[in-house]
Amino acid sequence: MNEPAGSPSLALPLVPVAALGRLAQEVTRALGRFALFLAEAVAVALVPPFKVARFLERVHFLGFRSLTIVVLTGGFTGMVLGLQVYLTLARFGSEAFLGPAVALALIRELGPVLCAVFVTGLAGSALTAEIGIMRITEQIDALTVMALNPTRYLAVPVLLAGIVTFPLMTAIFDVVGIFGGYVVGVELLGLSAGTYFGEMQTFVDWSDLMTGFWKSLSFGIIVPWVCAYKGFHCGHGAVGVARATTQAVVLSSVLILVWDYFLGTVLP
Amino acid sequence: MIRVRNLSRRFGAQAVLRDLDLDVAAGEILVVIGRSGGGKSVLLKHLLGLLQPDAGEILVDGTDITRLRGAALDQIRRRYGVVFQGGALFDSMSVFDNVAFPLREKLRLREADVRQRAEEKLAQVGLEGMGAKNPAEISGGMRKRVAIARALVTEPEIVFFDEPTTGLDPILVNTIHHLIVDLHQKLRFTALMVSHEIPEIFGIADRVAMLHEGAIALVGTPAEVQASRNPVVQQFIQGDVEAGVPGGGGRVGKERP
Repeated sequence: MNEPAGSPSLALPLVPVAALGRLAQEVTRALGRFALFLAEAVAVALVPPFKVARFLERVHFLGFRSLTIVVLTGGFTGMVLGLQVYLTLARFGSEAFLGPAVALALIRELGPVLCAVFVTGLAGSALTAEIGIMRITEQIDALTVMALNPTRYLAVPVLLAGIVTFPLMTAIFDVVGIFGGYVVGVELLGLSAGTYFGEMQTFVDWSDLMTGFWKSLSFGIIVPWVCAYKGFHCGHGAVGVARATTQAVVLSSVLILVWDYFLGTVLP
Repeated sequence: MIRVRNLSRRFGAQAVLRDLDLDVAAGEILVVIGRSGGGKSVLLKHLLGLLQPDAGEILVDGTDITRLRGAALDQIRRRYGVVFQGGALFDSMSVFDNVAFPLREKLRLREADVRQRAEEKLAQVGLEGMGAKNPAEISGGMRKRVAIARALVTEPEIVFFDEPTTGLDPILVNTIHHLIVDLHQKLRFTALMVSHEIPEIFGIADRVAMLHEGAIALVGTPAEVQASRNPVVQQFIQGDVEAGVPGGGGRVGKERP
């Protein structure tokens, strides 16, 4: 609440404290709204009617449309890793471990994180802009006054689509990345294919795959959550949509890295 | 049918609605007029349950909707049709799908019935054969008509029009107004319209309410409003910039002509 115009003014030393308090209140409120947005989406997702067509369209929106960028960046990430790791391992005469080094880096860390960041930049920003424009052109109000819950139509399908598509996109990123490492390590630098894949099989185990899976799954919730929330709560006009889109990409990217570190410390 | 009592709403330090009282009788067309920024759209958003007031009540057939949330509020909204200022058409859908959307999602009709009713409503607003087009491909006047068709396709009891003719040429303004009157005579809904179109609205309204500085300054039939000596009303009707009635001066008391 804004302070009434006639409220008594604070002593000068207390002004920064009051400002800090207001900031803390606002941050707490924003976090509360953010959490309630997800809670409402989860509650609505469990109750019919289920918007299957909308869900499939969102899978296409998040997943299929990001496929090119995922394949492209996955391939080059694997190639860069293959080159740099090979040159480093060559100093110690350990080139044989190129396969597991590339695979572990991709499966445990780079695959889920980079894939999520690229999909955020491509589809997440588009999602925020789309929902934001619906907000400022009163399309969301139109849904509300038709007694149709906008969360069911706009947030739930994309959250479910994120849960499905992010692990799949990450798996594609990992496979293409491993192949990129193979192209550089085996085809260009002369490592044997048997060594590349054989050592990989020895050192990469199920827990590494699950670490990558849990990370990608959680990013599949975080990115649509943040991007849809920012779209729903964007400001006025084109400036409001632009600001919301920027905030969605920045906040998603930061949360991806923070959550990645947290999961990295918790998961085996 | 709708009774608004002592409705107040502030945004920060600015009081947009102040103890506003308004009645809308069943079956009538009530047009709310007033200067830009005077709170008309805010009033409408309160009636739609999109904004919550700081004080006051909005009774729809005796139920105070300001106290309702979720499913209970949706029960009231199922009786509404709304024509938004910009149309608020879903731009990811065709014209036909926009009109069919409430039938599919709100009434859950069979597809054959949806098709029949949506095409019938598009024909009523003079847009037969335009269903396949995208909202971005049609003119502003057509978009307004699609919005009217979508609002009325479920045959609601209460229809809200938020400046349905803003930005249209005079011929289109009259076309839309005639369309609203025709549909009102056929469907007998209760209508609350926010509009700036003076004097055109005097030809379609059963009653006119003048909103000034957050309160209703005057309510009456078109003839009564036009004959009113209230300087605020006269300045607005005449569009007189020299009359000296302020946009931000003292409050104008409620008056019956």
